[in-house]
Amino acid sequence: MTAAPFPTNLAPVKRVSLLRRFMRKPAGVIALVVMVLIVLSAVLAPWLAPFDPNLVNFKITNAGPGNGHLLGGDSAGRDILSRLLYGGQLTLFGALITCVSAVLIGVPAGVCSGYFGGVTDRICTWISDGLQSIPGLIMLMVVAAGTGQSFPVLMVVLGLFMAPGYFRITRGRAMAVRKEPYIDAARVSGVTNPRILRTHMARAVYPPIVVQSALTAGIAIGMQAGLQFLGIGSAQTPSWGQMMANGMQVIQNYPLILLWPSIALGLTIAALAFIGTTLADLISVRVERPTRRMRLKARQLLVTPPATADLPNRVASGEHAHRVEDCALRIDNLRVGYPAPDGVKEVVRGVSLDAAPGEVLGIVGESGSGKTQTMFSVLDLLPAGGTAVADGIYVGGKEVGKLSTTARAALLGRSIGYVPQEPMTNLDPSYTIEHQLVEPLRHVQGMAKEDARKRAREVLVRVGIKDPERVLKSYPHQISGGMAQRVLIAGAVSGRPSLLVADEPTTALDVTVQAEVLELLRELQQEYGMALVIVTHNFGVVADICDRVVVMKDGRIVESGPVERIFRQPENPYTAELIAASLDDAEGRHELDRAWAGAPAAHVGGEEDAR
Amino acid sequence: MFSFIAKRLVSGIVLLFVVATGTFFLAHAAIGDPTPGLLGNSATAVQQDALRHKIGVDRPLLTQFWDWLSHAVTGDFGTSWRTFTPVNADLAQRLPVTLSIVVFATLLSAVFGVIIGVACGLRPGSVLDRILKFASVVLFALPGYWVAIVLVNVFALGLGWFNAVGYVDPVVSVGGWIQSITLPSIALALGAIVMVAEQLRNGFLEINNQDYVRTLRARGLSKGRVTRHVLRNASPAALTVLAMMFVGLLGGAIVVELVFYLPGIGQLTQQSSQNGNIPVLLGLTVVTVVFVVVINFLLDLVLGWVNPKVRDR
Repeated sequence: MTAAPFPTNLAPVKRVSLLRRFMRKPAGVIALVVMVLIVLSAVLAPWLAPFDPNLVNFKITNAGPGNGHLLGGDSAGRDILSRLLYGGQLTLFGALITCVSAVLIGVPAGVCSGYFGGVTDRICTWISDGLQSIPGLIMLMVVAAGTGQSFPVLMVVLGLFMAPGYFRITRGRAMAVRKEPYIDAARVSGVTNPRILRTHMARAVYPPIVVQSALTAGIAIGMQAGLQFLGIGSAQTPSWGQMMANGMQVIQNYPLILLWPSIALGLTIAALAFIGTTLADLISVRVERPTRRMRLKARQLLVTPPATADLPNRVASGEHAHRVEDCALRIDNLRVGYPAPDGVKEVVRGVSLDAAPGEVLGIVGESGSGKTQTMFSVLDLLPAGGTAVADGIYVGGKEVGKLSTTARAALLGRSIGYVPQEPMTNLDPSYTIEHQLVEPLRHVQGMAKEDARKRAREVLVRVGIKDPERVLKSYPHQISGGMAQRVLIAGAVSGRPSLLVADEPTTALDVTVQAEVLELLRELQQEYGMALVIVTHNFGVVADICDRVVVMKDGRIVESGPVERIFRQPENPYTAELIAASLDDAEGRHELDRAWAGAPAAHVGGEEDAR
Repeated sequence: MFSFIAKRLVSGIVLLFVVATGTFFLAHAAIGDPTPGLLGNSATAVQQDALRHKIGVDRPLLTQFWDWLSHAVTGDFGTSWRTFTPVNADLAQRLPVTLSIVVFATLLSAVFGVIIGVACGLRPGSVLDRILKFASVVLFALPGYWVAIVLVNVFALGLGWFNAVGYVDPVVSVGGWIQSITLPSIALALGAIVMVAEQLRNGFLEINNQDYVRTLRARGLSKGRVTRHVLRNASPAALTVLAMMFVGLLGGAIVVELVFYLPGIGQLTQQSSQNGNIPVLLGLTVVTVVFVVVINFLLDLVLGWVNPKVRDR
């Protein structure tokens, strides 16, 4: 289980703070200011415009800027600035109509579709997909053929074609909200469907709809100007698209006439797009990728902590049971940290342990104890941003901690095998099992194609798969979880590693399969003489298979020693608590009882189980 | 697999029928009496009656619909109400131009979208990645014809690199043809390129965080081999965007053609819309939707090949 290094459960975004946070983004603020200016100039056009937009003055035909005409005159002798200002009115009004009608069509349909599901959902989705696969502009031209002068009607039709965007968002949100337990609770307590939809749904879909509206408005403005460019709309009403069409005709001689409406259009659409994406960035709770500088700083702090730092236990925790050269794995004082606002967040704080060939070492602890992070440090596969620093990491008696990333990666699949936790998410869904077993054999072990195939089949048989031919041809979604875990174990041992690292290998499996998989791991470990390091939260697993155990809490080892001794006489209260919490688990019960014979229960009803 | 193909095919045909029917009645409802538009305002009532009888709009609407539909299923879209030439001939003359730029633009979006998307996905936060983010914001909303106008100004008029306007048939000169469709295609494709790239980049980062990618690395596979796995799993979303872009490009081409004075369906659509020439409008609608259905069908086939789960559904 990968402990998330960052808080992913940020508090829900409040509207007040959304505006305030928006104001902190320079791109968003500039875009907003530009947009406000555009809206104001359009609304105030009757007072701002120096001339009547349709007033023809032949003296300024195709004239450049000057003589009281700030932007000059067009090819019909009309003041360009005045036409731009009045054109803005039509543009913004049209965008508003499109957004409103798209919301009115898309949102209710999406809510019903996502909330009620079933046939309603299928019909609505089909219509939405259909609308998206019709070129909207052609349909608009059909409508325009009859209602050429009426832009509001056209913009409503455009709204229909933009509705699928809103439909998808609200449908997705509605489906997510429906699964929330509080909706069930509301329904059980007698709240009616319409009321649930109004109160709970409205809040969930509000932010993404605002974002979508900014983008929709931008697209609507572009489409509208495109229609005007094609000659649709009244000649009496000035519009940007019409002005661009007019400018196109005289582009060779008077390119400025085309320039002004193009700038107005581009600026408006870009401003809306930036407002939309700034909002989208704000409302999506996304984990920021730490920058290179943050990673380096975190690493620096791990290596040499500042004198004032509140990191009390600088000394390593845990102990070594073997000599360095006898170890399959040895870790000296490992620290793992992630960049945090105040420098570094340490998740492993000085861990030392070792395991000899033929030995099974258990690393036990609840989630967040740092056990998985310790294991990923051995593999050099920490999640993005993670940094591991150690006085020494030895694999097969050799120091590897100071090696380059490439040299560390070369150990994987050869010296170190890895068995993951969740079998179903650890096989690539797009490739057959055969491909996934054969690929490393060919490209890591350098075997020939036929040999690799034979080996893959042999290993599958060895891990207890009865019909290897069928499994080899299968895709991951076609086999069961227990079988997938056997396939993953086969993949881990097929390179004959001297060290096998298993991360909660039985947690995701059915109880009946768990014991079989543990038994298989034990057999393989003895057969190949590997050292097996098994990460678990469950003392039942430890009792079943481990020789020695390391108990971790808050990134440090609180206790370590032979399994027998730990079960009989846990020295640390936390260890006793963990053992008591595992007592309810079915597997390994006999071993536990044996181990506990005569010893009184130290503590009952401790911490919540890690999963 | 077979039932999967059959299902998609039936769905496409139903969509085509619904759109054709809807457009037919929509057009007739919107236009009402097409004769003033076709003949101009100076035509006499007698002339209008004669035309009405000639094009058959004096018959009941359902009769007209049945007449049109029964011919349309055989691929015959009737005759233009203005020139009285077969609609099919008009389409056959215009479509190659439009398809030239749309297909070329789609190819450009696919090739450059994948290159840029993978480059940014491999190095998130790099300079290229930041440029992509900025470009995707602006180019997503800016219409293709706006980009076209800028390109015409800069490259054709300013620098004189390409033919500003007009179309060269590939039969006449292949080089001239490529030159005449390059700028319009780029104008159309820019928005689609950044959308495909952005989609692929995000998919790339998402897949990179999947458990199985870590397991692939733990097996000792090289960076290139792992990237191949990531790319395959990230591609369905990007392919879907690409197919949706094709629909957008078909519509966008209509206006872009006018900027470049290309004799494609843009001009035809514009004229037919102004005149109320319903058979041509219907022909245009049906043919474009056929292309969209075909593209979506191909997309489904590719998705089924890329993602085995889809096949079993």
